[in-house]
Amino acid sequence: MSTTSRLPWIEESSSLMTKYNFIRRINWGRLSVVAVPMLWLGIFFFIPFLVVFKISLSETAIAVPPYTSLLEWDLEEAYINLKLNLGNYLYLFEDAFYLDAYLSSIKIAAVSTFFTLLVAFPIAYLIARTESSKRGVLLALVILPFWTSFLLRVYAWMGFLKKNGIVNEFLLGIGIIDQPLTLLQTDFAVYIGIVYTYLPFMVLPLYSALEKLDITLLEAAEDLGCRPAQSFFLITLPLALPGIVAGCLLVFIPAVGEFVIPALLGGSDTLMIGRVLWDEFFLNRDWPMASAVAIVMLIVLVLPIMLIRNGQGKEESI
Amino acid sequence: MTSSQTIDFSSKETEVSGKDKPATSSVPLWQQEGAEPFLRIENITKKFGDFTAVDNISLNIYKNELFCLLGGSGSGKSTLLRMLAGFETPTSGRILIDGVDMAGVQPWDRPVNMMFQSYALFPHLTVADNIAFGLKREGVAKAEIKRRVQEMLDLVQLGHLGKRKPHQLSGGQRQRVALARSLIKRPKLLLLDEPLGALDKKLREETQFELINIQDELGVTFVVVTHDQEEAMTLASRIGVMNHGVIVQTDEPHDVYEYPNSRFVAEFIGSVNLFEGVVIEDEPDTVRIQSEEAGGVLYINHGISCAPHQVVHVAVRPEKIRLGHEQPEQKENCLHGRIMDFAYMGSLTVFKVRLDSGKEVRVTQPNFNREVGERFTWDDQVYLSWTEDSSVVLTS
Amino acid sequence: MKRRSLFLNTTAGLGFLFLYAPIIALIIYSFNKSKLVTVWGGWSLKWYVELFNNDQIIDAALLSVKIAFISATLAVVLGTMAGFVLSRFGPFRGKMVLSGWITAPLVMPEVITGLSLLLLFVALEGMFGWPAGRGTGTIIIAHTTFCMAYVAVIVQARLSSMDETLEEAAMDLGAKPSSLFFLVTLPLIAPAIISGWLLSFTLSLDDLVIASFVSGPGNSTLPMVIFSKVRLGVTPEVNALATLMIAIVAIGVIAAMYQMRRQNRMMSS
Repeated sequence: MSTTSRLPWIEESSSLMTKYNFIRRINWGRLSVVAVPMLWLGIFFFIPFLVVFKISLSETAIAVPPYTSLLEWDLEEAYINLKLNLGNYLYLFEDAFYLDAYLSSIKIAAVSTFFTLLVAFPIAYLIARTESSKRGVLLALVILPFWTSFLLRVYAWMGFLKKNGIVNEFLLGIGIIDQPLTLLQTDFAVYIGIVYTYLPFMVLPLYSALEKLDITLLEAAEDLGCRPAQSFFLITLPLALPGIVAGCLLVFIPAVGEFVIPALLGGSDTLMIGRVLWDEFFLNRDWPMASAVAIVMLIVLVLPIMLIRNGQGKEESI
Repeated sequence: MTSSQTIDFSSKETEVSGKDKPATSSVPLWQQEGAEPFLRIENITKKFGDFTAVDNISLNIYKNELFCLLGGSGSGKSTLLRMLAGFETPTSGRILIDGVDMAGVQPWDRPVNMMFQSYALFPHLTVADNIAFGLKREGVAKAEIKRRVQEMLDLVQLGHLGKRKPHQLSGGQRQRVALARSLIKRPKLLLLDEPLGALDKKLREETQFELINIQDELGVTFVVVTHDQEEAMTLASRIGVMNHGVIVQTDEPHDVYEYPNSRFVAEFIGSVNLFEGVVIEDEPDTVRIQSEEAGGVLYINHGISCAPHQVVHVAVRPEKIRLGHEQPEQKENCLHGRIMDFAYMGSLTVFKVRLDSGKEVRVTQPNFNREVGERFTWDDQVYLSWTEDSSVVLTS
Repeated sequence: MKRRSLFLNTTAGLGFLFLYAPIIALIIYSFNKSKLVTVWGGWSLKWYVELFNNDQIIDAALLSVKIAFISATLAVVLGTMAGFVLSRFGPFRGKMVLSGWITAPLVMPEVITGLSLLLLFVALEGMFGWPAGRGTGTIIIAHTTFCMAYVAVIVQARLSSMDETLEEAAMDLGAKPSSLFFLVTLPLIAPAIISGWLLSFTLSLDDLVIASFVSGPGNSTLPMVIFSKVRLGVTPEVNALATLMIAIVAIGVIAAMYQMRRQNRMMSS
């Protein structure tokens, strides 16, 4: 919209906004429409983080719930004791295990994002270059698995990769290997699982970027002396960059905090921070420690991602 | 700008209306002394932040007028229209429709309807339901709605298409549905935002006349916003030329073209040759101007109000200039030059002539006859001349 | 259209193979007679029979559908409100906060969302005695919270791509803001709301991590039951279950695509 106007603020302020300001007269209606979703998210999304932060500063206790409270008071003795326990955070930095887990999560997510891009690009390119009547079918084929259970798709790879599974049987059958490979419960299986489950998230933004690519641009490049490979790197790739960035974020973000895939496909030595948090909570029942892991994860991983996303959103709107 | 009306029209105007208007029509309302305007816009200003979109505009529009707001993009014409519809609130000033102040009256309560540039037909409703939308909001009885919808469909010649969805219609048909929908509530005032903008050239020409007929038939007051000067010329009873949030000139199409009051209007509507010069003789009815650019003295038979030796511009339309190889008898309004280029356009030929002063002038000559008549070609030495009533002096 | 080299066709073809081979294998093996999951023992429906006799799975499935249905519906109401507010209410105090809260759940790792909600519920119970214990109710709240973010984003996108003059035209023709929403805005964003509901339903039905945190004893959803089963290895019953779910989804998606194509044809022109 704003692209057509040389004076974008005119478009903006002449939009419906001003008209819905009439609703201001019926203050209650307008207020409740704003307040209901805000209250909901405030109570069930925002406040929980404060609670997590609070508990991350307490100590484990054999109690229900299994942590100490920060405030102790005795009105007769007239004292209030605020006990902040930074031990959980200190421990996080002292024990290399946690740092390794954070780094390893980022590594696994980054590597799998790269492979997802490699697998997704030809698919997206093919769909974008198919005549539009058949595109819908191909797109549906890409999206269809997304609507089926995530858990079951990961599970499908268990049957595929295990020792006497289909991949091993196939490789043995054609004689490439004579011993079944250990594929399941390895980092390799985790990579495959992430690439597989997040493939649609990469294909769709790539497709929408490539679809806009005018084919005459490639023809012009070739007319000016580019070989197809050159024109791919000089024209296609730069123009598809917004799609590539968007797709990579869509894959990387959930992959970093992934729990199910490393739990089902990874080995006991596959370190991912989501899994560490889960184990801390469910196996060790150390709620304060799990909370500390969550807070650090929030600051180290989620906040930067939100900032990047915000920056991206602004760029796109311009 | 509007206040400094520099050209004396009093003698012209009677002449014009006598020539142009059909004998049956009486003097239009806007020329009658003391006529009550139907729409009064009083000192309207609209600011968006620091930007002034509409700058202190006052305007009277009379009943049954077809008034065109003509201007480029960003001239404020759409903002003015949206304030009439109630979509924007003026920063200051008043709008009165039929004597009622519109301040605080919501869009849904105004006796005004609008035809949108995009038509804004509801894609989920049929043509008939689209047209009926406004009546249903008023709670009109079903049978009545049905009758009036059919009436409107017939008026815009779409009687058989009521059951279609908007996406099943052609561009021209959609335009007519939009028109029908905006007319069905019998608004006192119909606002049209670029009503013909989305149509192709041929359809636009047909629709122009249809629009005038419908306006005539229903007696609704139309305010049309357009950036297309041709559209404004054919449609309008009067044109308001807008620039930078200000109405620069308000006049009948003929006067806007023949007697522009500023360089902006002269250049915005049609093409024009402007010669800069200094007033050397200022009589009540005539002016002589010495122009270096033209390379001679220009003589105009209307008076202006200006200081002696003021720098002014003389505007001459290309079709008012006569081209000839022989020097004409007149001494004033006669320039000499060389033909640089020409383009044969069928009904007329456009010449680019470079004057001895170096200035380039655009001249158009009608092709009266197929083969006879004077022929001109590149590098011909030619004389350009025009009569003293063909040009206009512009002081702003 | 001649820009499809052999290389492109092959790599894209391998991509599609990668996408579908595991699913197809899983479907085929769900009809395997043999108890040994990878040894082919002939066609059989016995795992389907066993599946339907497994009360634990059936109960969990019913519970999951119930939770998904309620969460998706709540999420659609709340998410549509949020999306509408963000794209149509103009600037207001707290808008930045709301839009931050709407986008954050989309990038939040599930383990964090799950943990934080559980800790909230525990804290609330300690302070106010509500929610008393955890179960279906807390799962619904959790699912509604993260699903409404998706709905809001979809609705907001639809509203911002929608021609605003349609709403202006309705006002111009006498529709007041309250009726305007139901007469024009709602029908026009209906496709977005429907896809938001379907997406929410799927996400809720699919969620393992958050539900594991906020559910109480005896309230196992289908993913939780599946997870506990497959953690121990591949089981033929789960193959059968997966096949059924894929079949249902495939039919649903095909129907939805068909419907959407019709809708789009109507809206786009």
